[in-house]
Amino acid sequence: MATISSTGDTNFRIGMLIYDTRYRSYTIQIIALIVFMLAAAWLVSNVIQNLALLGKTFSFSFLGDTASYDINQRLIDYSSTSTHARAAVVGILNTLLVAILGCITATVVGVIAGVLRLSNNWLIARLMTIYVEGFRNIPVLVWILITVAVINETLPAPNEFRGADSDASPLLGGMLVLTNRGFYIPAPVMGDMSMAVVIVFLLSVGVMIGFRRWAKKRQEATGEILPLFPISLAILFLPTILIFFILGMPITLEYPELKGFNFRGGVFMRDSLIGLWLALSLYTGAFTAEIVRSGILAVSKGQSEAAFALGLRPGRTMNLVILPQALRVIVPPLISQYLNLTKNSSLAIAVGYMDATGTLGGITLNQTGREFETLMLLMGFYLVVSLSISMVMNWYNERVKLRER
Amino acid sequence: MKVKGAIIAAAAVMAVSTAANAATLDDVKAKGFVQCGVSTGLAGFAFTDANGVWDGFDVTFCRATAAAIFGDANAIKFTPTTGKTRFTALASGEVDILYRNTTWTLSRDVDLGFTFTGVNYYDGQGFMVRKSLGVKSAKELDGATVCIQTGTTTELNLADFFRANGMSYEPVPIETNAEAQQKYLSNACDVYTTDASGLAATRATFEKPGEHTLLPEIISKEPLGPLVRQGDDQWADISAWVLNALIIAEEKGVTKANVAKLAADGSADPEVNRLLGKEGSYGDMLGLPADWAVHAIAAGGNYGEIFERNVGESTAIGLARGLNQLWSKGGILYAPPFR
Amino acid sequence: MSDSRKPFVASGDIPPSPPPSSVVGPIAWVRANLFSSISNTVMTLFGVFIIYSLLAAVIPWLFIDSVWNATSLSDCRSIDNGACLAVIKERYLQFIYGFYPEEERWRPILSFFLMIVAVAPILFAGVPRRVLYLSGLYPAIAYWLIWGGTIWGPVGVVLGLVLAVVAYRLITTTLPAVVGLIGGGLVLVLWWLFGVEIFDGALTSVVDIGLPVVESSKIGGFLLSLIIGVSGIAGSFPLGIALALGRRSNLLFIKALSTCFIEFIRGVPLITLLFVASTLLNYFLPPGTSFDVVLRVVIMVTLFASAYMAEVIRGGLAALPKGQYEAADALGLDYWKSMRLIILPQALKISIPGIVNTFIGLFKDTVLVSVIGLLDPVGILNPIRADQNWNGIVWELYGFISIFFFIFCFGMSRYSQYLERKLQTGHG
Repeated sequence: MATISSTGDTNFRIGMLIYDTRYRSYTIQIIALIVFMLAAAWLVSNVIQNLALLGKTFSFSFLGDTASYDINQRLIDYSSTSTHARAAVVGILNTLLVAILGCITATVVGVIAGVLRLSNNWLIARLMTIYVEGFRNIPVLVWILITVAVINETLPAPNEFRGADSDASPLLGGMLVLTNRGFYIPAPVMGDMSMAVVIVFLLSVGVMIGFRRWAKKRQEATGEILPLFPISLAILFLPTILIFFILGMPITLEYPELKGFNFRGGVFMRDSLIGLWLALSLYTGAFTAEIVRSGILAVSKGQSEAAFALGLRPGRTMNLVILPQALRVIVPPLISQYLNLTKNSSLAIAVGYMDATGTLGGITLNQTGREFETLMLLMGFYLVVSLSISMVMNWYNERVKLRER
Repeated sequence: MKVKGAIIAAAAVMAVSTAANAATLDDVKAKGFVQCGVSTGLAGFAFTDANGVWDGFDVTFCRATAAAIFGDANAIKFTPTTGKTRFTALASGEVDILYRNTTWTLSRDVDLGFTFTGVNYYDGQGFMVRKSLGVKSAKELDGATVCIQTGTTTELNLADFFRANGMSYEPVPIETNAEAQQKYLSNACDVYTTDASGLAATRATFEKPGEHTLLPEIISKEPLGPLVRQGDDQWADISAWVLNALIIAEEKGVTKANVAKLAADGSADPEVNRLLGKEGSYGDMLGLPADWAVHAIAAGGNYGEIFERNVGESTAIGLARGLNQLWSKGGILYAPPFR
Repeated sequence: MSDSRKPFVASGDIPPSPPPSSVVGPIAWVRANLFSSISNTVMTLFGVFIIYSLLAAVIPWLFIDSVWNATSLSDCRSIDNGACLAVIKERYLQFIYGFYPEEERWRPILSFFLMIVAVAPILFAGVPRRVLYLSGLYPAIAYWLIWGGTIWGPVGVVLGLVLAVVAYRLITTTLPAVVGLIGGGLVLVLWWLFGVEIFDGALTSVVDIGLPVVESSKIGGFLLSLIIGVSGIAGSFPLGIALALGRRSNLLFIKALSTCFIEFIRGVPLITLLFVASTLLNYFLPPGTSFDVVLRVVIMVTLFASAYMAEVIRGGLAALPKGQYEAADALGLDYWKSMRLIILPQALKISIPGIVNTFIGLFKDTVLVSVIGLLDPVGILNPIRADQNWNGIVWELYGFISIFFFIFCFGMSRYSQYLERKLQTGHG
């Protein structure tokens, strides 16, 4: 009987492609491959035909043409005589800027709100619940529109700052000017020798990291704990401040001043940037708060009780016992929130913030009529960003996994 | 629940209609209406009333085109398009003709694969500012914050203008007219720039139009007209000659009121007879009924009547004829002879 | 030993005295929960301040000084300085239906109630199973009700499915399930491509049953959001299952294909996909084909949601104990049978909260269609603000939209939390 199922039979029959599980998987895959190729070929041939009918070609040469439109927020040099490619880069940098700013504030907001939601202060916990539910259940586009409208409608226009007894005045002694067109803060002006200050600061950062490593090793060896925080702070700032004054204050601040229609000087953060940034971080912060909360709740109570029993103070319990465990739960969903925030930043187009969608997928698309190429580039850009963020996440997951016992 | 995905696919298949390219006229006749692309909303030019019925300057030209083909000004459907979607809507065959304040430029005519078939409004880009700013000329706008509607030639003209005059500005790009208006009214920008007709139309909707002024500079030529897909000459001819017929009608004094009578009784002027299909077989040449122009004129009147009713000085928009006056009266409106 | 010298013996329990007021009661509660420490007190006072300033701003504006009866914004302002709710009163129907013809509005309402009936057996236990037939037919019914036109088109489409199932049954009597699936699919596609039109045309000429056609451009407001959201989620359900199974499959090519698709869709913002819907989709179809923009958007949203749905269902598949898979194999069930009878019913049940959450996200995302010029609740703001009477109005409109979305999404998320709890106890 055993010979029936022998594997040595050489007479292969066509029917085995379907009935024999060894071959069936190949059959299915080949059929799938053929169907996929047919579908792809069909789509591509349609595209080619359609483009030919419209007399269009598929080429990226438009990227080298003069853009001839202006962009208000440029992190690199750009003027209307620059190329479309450069306009796209300006947009991409703007996307990255708002995404990075947003991720930082979303984390801060989320951690604070998440911890406060667990607070034993009833009122604060309820307030945070209202914040979280309010932001999570209303579309982010509506929040973006609302924040920009708040800036536009409630803050004073620049010309209300005019005159001696003006209706509005700068805050913090001229350090912060809030107008309905955006916020102005002083910009640092690098004088002679200012590089020295920067170098000293960078050196101090290095020294501080070295010190912390050394302190950790020492603690592991001797069990002695140094007051890390004040010493790091001193290493970080004292030398820089010293050199700053020794060199005669080479870095000065340029204050915004009202000239003509608008304020000039200082760093100008446009209403669209502020609105987008604020809305994205509050919206994502609400989700982050939930992640943080569940991360903290995921660490069993026995852990903190055990730490207290060992005589650790609450601060150290948090740092050494709870956080490392909670972070393992928090970080993966947190990173996917960063990904969402980056993707949501494409809604900038609704408030006129010139991100990649606004330049490449907006004005460039309109002016050149190359919707095919521009949208491909745009999607490619977002895909690259998402995949890099996913890679970071996988790397982190791998790292935490190794430490698991 | 599963069926839903299927149904969508199937509905898609059902909804498939052939439209693009060759023989648009045949397709239009087959489906029984003209699909016209218009603006999403610009007072005076294209807007919907509370019941969702379209009206306005551009819309009336669309209706005249439908009337020329079907004898019925309501054999038409409108697709609201934004600055971004308008060209794709036309290129893909979603609309048969685009009447949406679109500026005739070389690249659009040649590179984008469209044919402009005429000009129904000669416009130019202007600036609107608050009177309280005390600005008298666009040359004084150095450093100003300027609201622009994106997806138009406006931002290109603006960049050119400020560069040519060595001035700086802060562009604030906005998607739709309504948002730009909101921004301008909340004083988030000093200046609002778009076609002068659009500015006048926008200003007319303000609570206190008197507090705003249009600066004297017109910084560009904006011939706005209908466009169709390239490669269908018959359809392009129809769209061109419907427009021309309305202009000739004004020239010859054929109005909405007297067109029926003239068509029945004939006129002493042979050109009017040709126009109204009493002489010659011009309708046949275009593939239209002989009395196509009669219906086109009956739909909304001649060019002058359409202008006066929608955007003229008696309306809230209050535009003067200006360049859009007939050539014989000092304007540049000039239709080729009807023969 | 007289009675008078008898020692005191309690005849019963002493009634317990109330705990001191510092431990229970409202005062103790306030002390423990609001003022337990200095930092807590500071936070409480800060919270009270925030609540007070919010309420002080909103309540007079919204309730006391608001104006319900006015014809324009300036009219409102001349009456009182609060919220101009007259605009909501005048336009709320546009927010709900867009420009859907007034006399036909019973159709979306009927579809809405039918939808509730149709989803009931899926969301709530204890509803008769027979209602599931309605759920199956619902998409066709809703399509016909909302867009109108002849009834035979939707009937033809449903008939296609019946034909496909019949074909599958016939083939599988002799051949394995894979061939049946392919054959059924082929029948379906062919019927939909060619059969429906003929069927529709033939029957319409005989018995013309139909409703007045309502064009997509007239559909707007929350109705549009619901159409896009519901059909996106419903359409993404089968696609998502297929993708999830594909991604977990051990057939390399199919796994790669599913993974690429899922990661691509999840990697790009919805708005770029909507741009594709509004500008590029026609390039991918045979020249001369074009169809309705709402349908194009629904297709893209369905693809978008299916990637997220696939991940949710994959989570459900992964959460099933391995023993379930092994048991199915041990019973000798083939792949499709084990999936259909054992794995998917359990995996889908665990996934329901995730699916509801995906739906909430998708529903919120439907407002993005305003960017491509559709008249969803945010898009409908444009015609309202372009109106001479109402230009300059901001907060009332945003507030109205926000409240609507909040009520809807909050309700749904509460429901999904309830489900999660219910499912958890089911396991424990």
